[in-house]
Amino acid sequence: MAVNPKDRPSEERINDFDEVNLGYTDEEAVKEAQRCKECGVCIKGCPVRINIPAFISQIKKKNFKRALSIIEKDNILPGICGRVCPQENQCEARCIMDNPINIGALERFLADKKVPKDIGIYPSKNNKKIAIVGSGPAGLTSAFELKKSGFEVVVYEALHKLGGVLRYGIPNFRLPDEIIDEEIEQLKKMGVQFRTNFLIGKTLYLDELLDKFDGIVIATGAGLPRYLKIPGENSIGVFFANEFLTRINLMKAYKFPEYHTPIYKGKKVVVIGGGNVAIDAARVARRLKSEVMICYRRLEEDMPARNEEIQHAKEEGIEIKTLLNPKKIISKDDGKIKKVKFVKMKTVGKQQDGRNAVVETEEYIDIETDIFIEAIGQIPNKIIQQNSKGLEFDSWNSLKIDENMETTKNNVWAAGDVVSGAATVIKAMGEAKKAAEKIIKEIGG
Amino acid sequence: MRNQIVKKEKIASKTYSFWIYHPEIVSHYKPGQFIILRVTEKGERIPLTIVEVDREKEIFRIIFQVVGKSTRLLSKIDENEMILDILGPLGNEVRINKDVANILFVGGGIGIAPLFSKIKEFLKEKKLKGSVILGARSSENLILENEILEITRNIYITTDDGSKGKKGFVTDALRDLLNTNEDIDLVISAGPVKMMKKTVEIAKKNKIDILVSLNTLMIDGTGMCGGCRIEYDNKTRFTCVDGPVFDGYKVNFQQLIKRNNQYHSHECKIKNLEDNL
Ligand SMILES: Cc1cc2nc3c(=O)[nH]c(=O)nc-3n(C[C@H](O)[C@H](O)[C@H](O)COP(=O)(O)OP(=O)(O)OC[C@H]3O[C@@H](n4cnc5c(N)ncnc54)[C@H](O)[C@@H]3O)c2cc1C
Ligand SMILES: Cc1cc2nc3c(=O)[nH]c(=O)nc-3n(C[C@H](O)[C@H](O)[C@H](O)COP(=O)(O)OP(=O)(O)OC[C@H]3O[C@@H](n4cnc5c(N)ncnc54)[C@H](O)[C@@H]3O)c2cc1C
Ligand code: FES
Repeated sequence: MAVNPKDRPSEERINDFDEVNLGYTDEEAVKEAQRCKECGVCIKGCPVRINIPAFISQIKKKNFKRALSIIEKDNILPGICGRVCPQENQCEARCIMDNPINIGALERFLADKKVPKDIGIYPSKNNKKIAIVGSGPAGLTSAFELKKSGFEVVVYEALHKLGGVLRYGIPNFRLPDEIIDEEIEQLKKMGVQFRTNFLIGKTLYLDELLDKFDGIVIATGAGLPRYLKIPGENSIGVFFANEFLTRINLMKAYKFPEYHTPIYKGKKVVVIGGGNVAIDAARVARRLKSEVMICYRRLEEDMPARNEEIQHAKEEGIEIKTLLNPKKIISKDDGKIKKVKFVKMKTVGKQQDGRNAVVETEEYIDIETDIFIEAIGQIPNKIIQQNSKGLEFDSWNSLKIDENMETTKNNVWAAGDVVSGAATVIKAMGEAKKAAEKIIKEIGG
Repeated sequence: MRNQIVKKEKIASKTYSFWIYHPEIVSHYKPGQFIILRVTEKGERIPLTIVEVDREKEIFRIIFQVVGKSTRLLSKIDENEMILDILGPLGNEVRINKDVANILFVGGGIGIAPLFSKIKEFLKEKKLKGSVILGARSSENLILENEILEITRNIYITTDDGSKGKKGFVTDALRDLLNTNEDIDLVISAGPVKMMKKTVEIAKKNKIDILVSLNTLMIDGTGMCGGCRIEYDNKTRFTCVDGPVFDGYKVNFQQLIKRNNQYHSHECKIKNLEDNL
């Protein structure tokens, strides 16, 4: 029998922003580990190739410290990945068991053991300096890899806090701030330097960094919100998910007025989208005591969000309506949103990616709401290229790179969402590791 | 040290001027740009215009009016102390057409601060011809008059109560000047949104181009959140990365006014809490 970590009851958790999933106790973790046959097929599903059977084997023997060190060879952010990776599509999808081993929960269990990690200081050995732009998972991972190999590493971040989407996007009830802080503290101890409040392209230019550093990794993510471009979109009460989430996660607006940034509240909230961002925005709104509905244009089975999070959302009383596409926002005289006009969609067979294809019908419905949140995707912003020449982007704003993760500009590499478009934490980390390896090979000498 | 206030001055009622040390912001500054700062660990991120820079001393100047919680906390920081977080320079350089020869600047209230960066750029650095209308509620609210007088003698002042200059509004002076002066080919306006809206209407009537320096709500200032968006030429634009200076004809002011009041009740709440302390 699979052992699943417990969640806090939904009636309780919607009253706060504390973590939902309670994690394993020692006994539970060992019991879950014991189910594992250690066949190793799961490794292929892991973008950073953690030696999963080896660490599970150590859990069986209660060698938690050893187990964690096995993970940390390939992943410095186990506390984060154990919580937010879509394991169900990765390692756990490969598992031979009918009920896959809870690999993610075990990873998190180890990270939470807080066995004092003595990674130690890594002195700069090769007199080579690398600048990393962006402190999301891609930036942090490449910083780790390069520092480990003896480079001097400086990370530049535009915001006042480190962590990228982990900090401003993913809410605390899924990924508490302390977890991010701890993992970053680790890097600081290793000797990685961080410069917050530096927007490259404005505060310093890329070309200036190139004068001072031997190489650069661009890990600026995909932070530019896409929006519907429908009439009424700038009415009061209409938000792009990034604003809603940033106010809550980065600025702590749910603690207003103790924290000074306010959040706009309403009785009814409608969220558009089907990804993690939509689910997160909806669950945040629920915690602000609103009635929340998610409207998605395809079917629930097509939603790109993690299944676990969709289930959590439903438990928390969030309604999911499908086959609806917003066409127009209607506001009142005072500029506040009144209702949204949706066109009903219908399925017309399958797309190449296996999801249902949908087309509009002639039927419309109006849904009244006080708040409307658009979570329909993000693309990279191009501020980094301002006042510098030579970087090339594709039509979706993604940075063009070659097979070595190098951009069209010499000595400039890139990794994460800025090259792949909005993807996942672990994918960003995998690419960052690859970029670091190429840098070590090319200029590590 | 970076972020240190090297000079602090109270220059008018509830209005402060800070010179802040920050080599990178100063060396990358272009007129029209702004910063976003945060005063305490629990504080908001608030945008303020870079009024001018001293490239030698590597310091830049902000001028702000205490209107709420964050600006009040900012005003309490002493000379030689540090500001927690400063990000900048943000936004774009203010650009004008090559054939512009004579500019009329209009500033109302604290809007004179952002206006000054443009006056300095075009009248002092680029040596274009121009004149300036400054307006304030009353003489003790009027800022930067002397600094502007050093650049140009063509100043017109209005106050709501008539305590200085002509009694009335900047918009009255603007209407008069545009009617009598044929040479003006561009107006640059900064101030309360309602004032800018009015100046645009007047400029439009006189078929003269007008640039406005917008002050929307903002959070990140990097194009990430969309909170600063405006409707511009019937399309959505982000003030922080597409502005903050825009062609006044194309801005939907009606909507901007409403959007800027989004959090009005919250701000009142903070104020009430404080008043009760
Ligand atoms: C709400 C939300 C929920 C998500 N949930 C999940 C999930 O459950 N599981 C999962 O795997 N993935 C999830 N994702 C996706 C995942 O967070 C991203 O794929 C991942 O963070 C990308 O990492 P990155 O390092 O490439 O970029 P980011 O995390 O976007 O970090 C980029 C950083 O660069 C900074 N920056 C940008 N431009 C500049 C510049 N010019 N100068 C200096 N700094 C700059 C930004 O401020 C930012 O801090 C979610 C995303 C969102 C928005
Ligand atoms: C690009 C830009 C440049 C700016 N430059 C300057 C400057 O040089 N000097 C200066 O004093 N101010 C400037 N502002 C405005 C300044 O950011 C606000 O006054 C400040 O954020 C108010 O914060 P607070 O917490 O003190 O007041 P709050 O409690 O947030 O607000 C108090 C009152 O001011 C209103 N308000 C808040 N923010 C704004 C805003 N952005 N625009 C209009 N009204 C607002 C509120 O609705 C409320 O009535 C600028 C704004 C922008 C966007
Ligand atoms: S302030 Fe967030 S996009 Fe402009």
